[in-house]
This record gives sequence, C-alpha cells and structure tokens, in this order.
Amino acid sequence: MYLQFSRRLFGKAVHVLVLGTFTILLAFPFYWMFITSFKQNLDLYTMENNPFIFNARPTLEHVRFLFAETRFVRWLGNTALVGIVVVAITLLLAVPAAYALARLAGRWGERLGIAIFLTYLVPPTLLFIPLSRVVASLGLQDSLWALILVYPSFTVPFSIWLLMGFFKSIPRELEDAAMVDGLTRFGAFIKMVIPISVSGILTVVIFTFTLVTQEFVYALTFISSESNQMIGVGIPIFLVRGDVYFWGSLMAACLVASLPIAFLYNLFLDRFIAGFTVGAVK
Amino acid sequence: MAIARAKIKSAGAAKSPLLSAAMFTPAVLYILLIVGGPFLLAIFYAFSDARIGNAEMHFVGLENFRSILQSPSFRVAIRNSFIFTIFSQIVVIIGSNILAIALEKTFRGRGLLRFLILLPWVAPIALGAIGWKWILDSIYSVITWVLVALHIYKPYNAPMWLGEPHLAIASVLLVHSWRLMPFSTVILLAGRTAIPKDIPEAAAVDGAGFWRTQLQIMIPMMRPIISVAVLFGLIFTFTDMTVVYILTAGGPFDSTQTLPSLAFATGIQGSDLAAGAAISLFLVPLLVILAYFMLRVAHRAEVS
Repeated sequence: MYLQFSRRLFGKAVHVLVLGTFTILLAFPFYWMFITSFKQNLDLYTMENNPFIFNARPTLEHVRFLFAETRFVRWLGNTALVGIVVVAITLLLAVPAAYALARLAGRWGERLGIAIFLTYLVPPTLLFIPLSRVVASLGLQDSLWALILVYPSFTVPFSIWLLMGFFKSIPRELEDAAMVDGLTRFGAFIKMVIPISVSGILTVVIFTFTLVTQEFVYALTFISSESNQMIGVGIPIFLVRGDVYFWGSLMAACLVASLPIAFLYNLFLDRFIAGFTVGAVK
Repeated sequence: MAIARAKIKSAGAAKSPLLSAAMFTPAVLYILLIVGGPFLLAIFYAFSDARIGNAEMHFVGLENFRSILQSPSFRVAIRNSFIFTIFSQIVVIIGSNILAIALEKTFRGRGLLRFLILLPWVAPIALGAIGWKWILDSIYSVITWVLVALHIYKPYNAPMWLGEPHLAIASVLLVHSWRLMPFSTVILLAGRTAIPKDIPEAAAVDGAGFWRTQLQIMIPMMRPIISVAVLFGLIFTFTDMTVVYILTAGGPFDSTQTLPSLAFATGIQGSDLAAGAAISLFLVPLLVILAYFMLRVAHRAEVS
C-alpha cells in the first residue's frame, strides 16, 4: 500500500519534472523577448544585473520607438495585405481542384493529389534563384506583387491536400440528393458542398495566412526597400542599423508579431497535423 | 452491394470529366508554371554562366559543378547540411517521444502548456531565430551570465557562442532542434491518441511495466507516424536557410554555411546565379529519396 503510494508520487514528480523542463526550454526565448521588450536600456546593458528580472522600473520606451520611429506598422500592413490576397488566390485555385480530385476524378484523382502534395516538398531554397530572374524579367523586383505571385506555390499544394481529405468526409448522398432536385454537379458543389465545408475552408485560410507570415527566403530575395518589407524579413534585417542592435525594440517586434500568429495557428493545429500525417494515423 | 457501389462511383466519375478537368486545371497549370518551370530553369542555369545584371548567357557544361566541388566552402556546406539535419533529428525524435508521453495524460492547464510548448514551431522562425541571436549575444548572452554566476567562466572571458566555429555549429543545431521539437511532438501525440487505450492496458494487466509497454508495444505500433515526423523534420531542416542566415549568416569564416545559405550567398549576394543554382541542385537527390519514403508510408497506410 505504502509502496504503491510512494511509487505513484514518484511517477507524478517525474511527470511534472519532464513537462516543466521541456516547457522552460521551449518557451524560454519568448519569455526572453518579453522581459527584454520592457527593460530600460541601462538595465539591459549592465552586466552585473540579474538578467532574469527587472532591476529597474519597466518601460514602454522600446514599444513606443517600434511603433513611432520604425516602419514596423507598415510591415504589418504589407504582411496583412499579401496574406489576404494570397488567401484569396489559394482558395480560388485549391477549393475547386480539391473537390474535383476528391470526387470526380476517381483513382487517378487520388494519384494526382499525391503528386500535387509532393510539390509542397520542393523547397523555396531550390527555386529562389531562377525565380529571382523570372521576377526581374516581369519587372516585379521590390514589389509585393512578386510575393503574391510566388507564395501560392507553397500554399496551394498543401491546401489542396487538406481540402481533399475534407471533401472525402462529406457523404456523397448529399450531392446526389441535390442533383436529383435539379441542380447541376457544379451547382451542387457551389450551393451544397461549399456551405457545409466552411470549417475546412477556414482551416485553409488560417494555414495559408500563417505560412505567408512565416516565409523568409522569397521576401529576402525579391524585396529590397525597407518600406516594402514583410515582418519576417523587416524585423530581423531592417531593425538592425549597421551593426547596432536595438534589442529592446527588436524583441518587442518579435513578440508583437509572433503571438497572434502563434495563437491562430494553435487554434487549428489539429487539422494541419491531420494533413501532415497523410494516412499514417488510423 | 460493393460492386454496385463501385459502378455508381465510376459512372459518376465518368459523367463529368470535363467539369472535373476545368476545376483542377488552373491549380495544376499554376503549379507547373511556378514550381515546375523554375525547377527546370535551375537545372538550365546550373549549366550556364548566368549572372545578375547580365542578360546574356552561354552553355558552359559542367564548369560550375567542377569549380563548386573544388571549393572548400562547398565541402563545409554539404557537411554542415548533413550534420544539422541528422543530429537535430536525433535530438528531436528522442525529445518529442518523451514529451508526447508526458502530454498524453489530461491534466489541468494542459491547453496553456501545449500553447507554450508549441511556440517555437508556430511563431515565425525568423523571429524565433532573432530571439536566439540575443540569447547567444557575444557580450550580453544570458547563458554566459549564468555560467559566470556559477563561476564556470570569468567575466569577459566567456566563449562567443556564435563567434567560434564549433560553438556556432552547436548553436545552429540547438535552434533547429528547438524549432522542430514541437512539430514532431504534436504528430507523435496524434499517433498515440489513435492507438486504442485497451492495448497498453492489456499489456499492463499482463505484467508489462511502463518501459516495456512503451518500447515494445507503443513505439513499434507508432512506426509509420514516427516516420512521417522524421521525414518532414529532415526535409524542413535540410532545406532551411533562415536559421543559419539570421544566427551567423554562414560565418564565422563560412564555417556554418549550409547548401541553401551558400546558394543564397553565391547566387544572390554574389550575383553568380549559375553557381548558386548548381549548389541548390545538390538538395535534389536527398529530397527525392525522402519523397520516395514518404510515398511508401502513404501507400502502406492506404493498403492497411
């Protein structure tokens, strides 16, 4: 009895210890961004101070500097704009394609779906060099249109894959009934399938938007001027002047930009994972 | 019944091939143009002397590959790419298996804990990496502060985490592992919850302890899902240039350069598109192998 009790207590202690250690290791950089954002410079750059706590009063100066004296707000706007347009393009291309491949094309629809999914594995780091020339020849250097043109190349394949799984889970009888009632196949798709697929479509919207905010290589390659930057490149490259790091405002920018994206992604995480695991979970 | 159903299915498919094609052709065309086209262009450039700012180019055969293979930076880059990819995946797969076991039970505050654990994966990696750059700063590093406080190093005499080749390599490795651990954990967690509860319970009734249940029953049953996590992890790390670019920009002295970051340094910053394209093509063989294994996993799951 006593042995069992102490064994259970030991198990619990190990559980807490494991979770605590991992959480601290994984979340620490974000705690670090937080405390750096609100420390006075004197506090930040005095080496004798304990860096884990506030040694002087917290300050909003870094946040003020970020919003008032850098292009941060502009970058947020650029990112939102590109995100919204890319979401729209992705939906226009991926929703009909996923439906066609899931429903109408039979066995080779499945194969084509897998082939499209594999293109998601072709990385930007393989394509950015030729694409830089394509972008230049279209006259789109340093333009957000370059990103709008290129970003769907990684959002469309994965979205088709996610949506195929989603459309397959809708009972066929639904469209059959609608078609018996006189709708065409396309009419049934627009009037019956899309309305009940709102949650699947929303998943694609969030996934696409977060992928756009996380992209780095294309934005770094195609965009050169400070005012046309996205947050992913603007913050790490353009908030640094010469070799001078404004760590307070830099960390504030990281925190302000990451948390909403992380929060959104987290809400829909289980569905993205269902897409990644293909069919390996039964 | 099943046959009749299959017939209806194929009839339905045959009825609207035109509509079907009209619905997926735009997406397929777009992908061919923006992924397939540049991929072919990359191969084409690799055999040319294309440069930024010079519209002309000529076929130069294997010249780019010859000069790349002779360059010491390239050898370091290919070695680093493999070191970062393989070692970070070893760290990730061990860590995420442990973490997935710990997260499987429900407990109070699990949602918040999951959010905190997931942050490295869900926040933009460029921003996470700049956070690490500050943590690993040459003067104000918090790690250095702790080591000095513990009297392991004297003040002003601590190592420069990103300034010495071996430490810089270890730092990049650390950040890659940090970033992919949450991703792998949630995939493994999905695999665990898909295993019926009575299997580990039956094993416990039969007298199998915790470790035996995990090592001999759960982990073998999760093999397909573990392969998925590892395959994605390998691809994401092998093709990433963000972490290296932000932490060290390939330095000190090209010691942390990887294939993607060297391709960027050569092709874009150095204006030598041809050599850059040739370097990035070295990513392809491993990607093909990984894609093949991914198809096998998908196919096996389909059959079973």
